[in-house]
Amino acid sequence: MENQYAIEMLGITKIFPGIIANDDITLQLKKGEIHALLGENGAGKSTLMSVLFGLYQPEKGIIKKDGRQVKIQNPNDANDLGIGMVHQHFKLVECFSVLDNIILGVEPVKNGFLQKKEAKEKILALSEKYGLKVDPDALIEDITVGMQQRTEILKMLYRDNEILIFDEPTAVLTPQEIEELMQIMRNLSAEGKSILFISHKLNEIMAVADRCTVLRKGKYIGTVNVADTTMPELSRMMVGRDVEFAVKKEDRTPGDVILDVKGLTVASKLHKNNAVKDVSFNVRSGEIVCIAGIDGNGQTELVYGLTGLEPVKAGTVIMKGKDITHASIRERSVNGMSHIPEDRHKHGLVLDYSLEDNMILQRYFEPEFTSKAGTLKRANIRSYAEKLIDQYDVRSGQGAITKARSMSGGNQQKAIIARELDKAPDLLIAVQPTRGLDVGAIEYIHKQLVAQRDAGHAVLLVSLELEEVMTVPDRILVMYEGEIVGELDPKKTNAEELGLYMSGAKNDFRKEAAV
Amino acid sequence: MNKKESFLRKPAVQTLLSSLICIVLGLFAGFIVLLFIDARGAASAMVDIIRNFFRYPSAAVALKYFGNTIVKTAPLLMCSLSILFAYKVGLFNIGVAGQYAMGAGLALYAALGWQLPWYVCALLACVSAALLGAISGFLKSYCNVNEVISGIMLNWLSLYTTNMVLTKVKETTSPYTKNIVNVNHSALLPNIGLNKVFNNNQYVTIAIPLAILLSVLVWFILEKTKFGYELKATGYNKNAAKYCGMKEKSNTILTLIISGALAGLGAAMFYLTGYEQWQCTQSSVPGMGFNGIAAAFLGGLHPVGAIFSSLFIQHITEGGAYVDKTMYCSQISDLISSIIIYLCGFVLFMKLFINKRLNAHDEKKGGKS
Ligand SMILES: Nc1ncnc2c1ncn2[C@@H]1O[C@H](COP(=O)(O)OP(=O)(O)OP(=O)(O)O)[C@@H](O)[C@H]1O
Ligand SMILES: [Mg+2]
Repeated sequence: MENQYAIEMLGITKIFPGIIANDDITLQLKKGEIHALLGENGAGKSTLMSVLFGLYQPEKGIIKKDGRQVKIQNPNDANDLGIGMVHQHFKLVECFSVLDNIILGVEPVKNGFLQKKEAKEKILALSEKYGLKVDPDALIEDITVGMQQRTEILKMLYRDNEILIFDEPTAVLTPQEIEELMQIMRNLSAEGKSILFISHKLNEIMAVADRCTVLRKGKYIGTVNVADTTMPELSRMMVGRDVEFAVKKEDRTPGDVILDVKGLTVASKLHKNNAVKDVSFNVRSGEIVCIAGIDGNGQTELVYGLTGLEPVKAGTVIMKGKDITHASIRERSVNGMSHIPEDRHKHGLVLDYSLEDNMILQRYFEPEFTSKAGTLKRANIRSYAEKLIDQYDVRSGQGAITKARSMSGGNQQKAIIARELDKAPDLLIAVQPTRGLDVGAIEYIHKQLVAQRDAGHAVLLVSLELEEVMTVPDRILVMYEGEIVGELDPKKTNAEELGLYMSGAKNDFRKEAAV
Repeated sequence: MNKKESFLRKPAVQTLLSSLICIVLGLFAGFIVLLFIDARGAASAMVDIIRNFFRYPSAAVALKYFGNTIVKTAPLLMCSLSILFAYKVGLFNIGVAGQYAMGAGLALYAALGWQLPWYVCALLACVSAALLGAISGFLKSYCNVNEVISGIMLNWLSLYTTNMVLTKVKETTSPYTKNIVNVNHSALLPNIGLNKVFNNNQYVTIAIPLAILLSVLVWFILEKTKFGYELKATGYNKNAAKYCGMKEKSNTILTLIISGALAGLGAAMFYLTGYEQWQCTQSSVPGMGFNGIAAAFLGGLHPVGAIFSSLFIQHITEGGAYVDKTMYCSQISDLISSIIIYLCGFVLFMKLFINKRLNAHDEKKGGKS
């Protein structure tokens, strides 16, 4: 009988200093199937895929392609075997066009000259065939994350790859883009391509995958047919216990106004118009207010304005009765503002610092960590970091001295959250705090946000996830094109109504309407 | 992984090993070049270079010449500290050469023109070089001008400014500045008895212990203080530094100020010994600054490592002077030492190479078991 597996990874073991990232793992990918890989943050998913793509060499185990054992020493070998990968963080040259990025390394040449026209035709044909809309001549730095991802996918298809690896492709996409991506994946598998798909979102796995392999703490737990399983069962396999999907919280009456924003206007870096236009709202103690909206409607700039990362053009920001419109970032922080940033690699972490040095990033100057003479108190830093690591279950290879760069994406996020929550802030600004986290960690973070609220702090949550928007906050403010277009009560609204506001079809505050 | 291998994976061991490999490779490459020019003298020329002052049979004489080597090591060390300090903050201060020239200019003019005592001369050298650094820093922070570009421009600017200024205090018959010894004794750096140790080498001064002390200080600041924590955070990720309220712009400027001051002080440490006079017609900045780059990398970007790498680089540079000039042209000493220094810059590359070999080795074993 012909071999039914496109790829078999048998007994793979990969060891990093202090941790067994993959412990005797077996993964069998059938031809033409979509195979999901599920596991907690740090379970070893990215590591396993990197082994398949030739980025890491395993200590033990073999890889078979079409039943024959192969050696994959580096990504070129992988490419020769028809294996392509879209990484968790894209690998594109920002100042190159889409076309140049796709042909990079496999440029068609005739007599020493580039044949870009041929390449372009091939790309357009592929893009047509699979519904991957791109503009071949646009520069990467000018296009949306969604189009960047389609570029990455085209890169694999252009190389005629048969085995496609997607490492958390949906974490950075909007709901609409996710829907499109799923359709693309279905088309690809119908074409006979075999797909490995990593995601933390169980509903995506249920919707698109044929089979699912679950890892936990580096170990193989099992492989199931998606049609025969349920979301609670998957999450139980992954976390080892039942996960509560519903957010539990009791009613509370909010207290004093903590954050008062009046007429805030922030310029845009992308275009001449303002990104945030005359926005006013407040957040009181003991409540969670959520800014909802489709990505790119001014949420990022609003947060930059509130936290002081960018100057504001007009309006005032008042925190606990004090005007902080023009206060420095440090002043805001020591006066009780915490900020979980949207981009953990850009703002949240110094990746080349150890975990402990990242844990004190917001408080290193306090007497607990710095002596009067200006030297760091290393012993205190260590014990403080270890306390947080323990309390927030931040997993890493070597504990406090692990380099932040070598930690898994989800654990990096947990480290930031531990640091920001431990300040016991009067105002917590959390921007997509659960991006890239597993269901267990999401449950935990949602509990923490509610605990902040119950302790009488104010929480401003910015989220793109409908699930989160509907369950966590006490009030929802919808942003569309830089303005707040509606205030909703999560108990009384539904996803449909929310969608109408988010797409700009409904607007309670339209200025012309008042005339 | 066995014991030997995990030992080889230690970062400190790797740095040391790569530095040593680079040195060997550099010497080897220098030897090849000598072979090509004239095979007969290659071996003995190489020996001359490595031997440097050890060529003198009398210990006393050798000691005196060793003194000369370390007199020039002090400024080299200061330049490499300047480079590595900025490098740790993510800045490549190529302006170090110009800052060194400016420091020399001010130190000598203060000594010869204004007849000031050594500590004031040194301070002025520091301040002037720091100012140059500040210009680069300001341009970087507020106008987004890369420090490499502004550094290169300022190198020329400071060279010709120094030439111009020092022409006022040059000897009438030569292009060199007057000898401090004849003009202003108070401007000479104090010997604090070190000259006696080196067989009455009057050029061995307080500069040498001071430079070593400063290496330790730089290490301490970078590794142990809040200030160093902030600077390195800014260097690694300036967005994160901004996010947590550090003043990333002023940190950049401050770093280049300190980096400049170190280079300027290095110049003072050399020219205020009276060992060498400034040639007012020179058309390129002294190589000291650029050699500092190699010394910084060869020393594994560690302030204490820089002490040893500076000594080595200065040792072979001095040694080059002993190569037989009847067989080779007079530029040969500079050529050979620059080849060696050039290869010394490959430390980081070497480290990468070692790791690759280790991985390949691991895998072979994995395959067998
Ligand atoms: N280059 C590395 N050096 C050392 N340790 C590493 C390295 N890469 C990963 N690890 C460790 O291996 C473990 C598995 O990491 P991996 O990135 O595979 O997790 P993951 O399942 O992809 O998690 P996430 O969902 O958070 O992305 C983690 O504990 C991580 O700290
Ligand atoms: Mg991952």
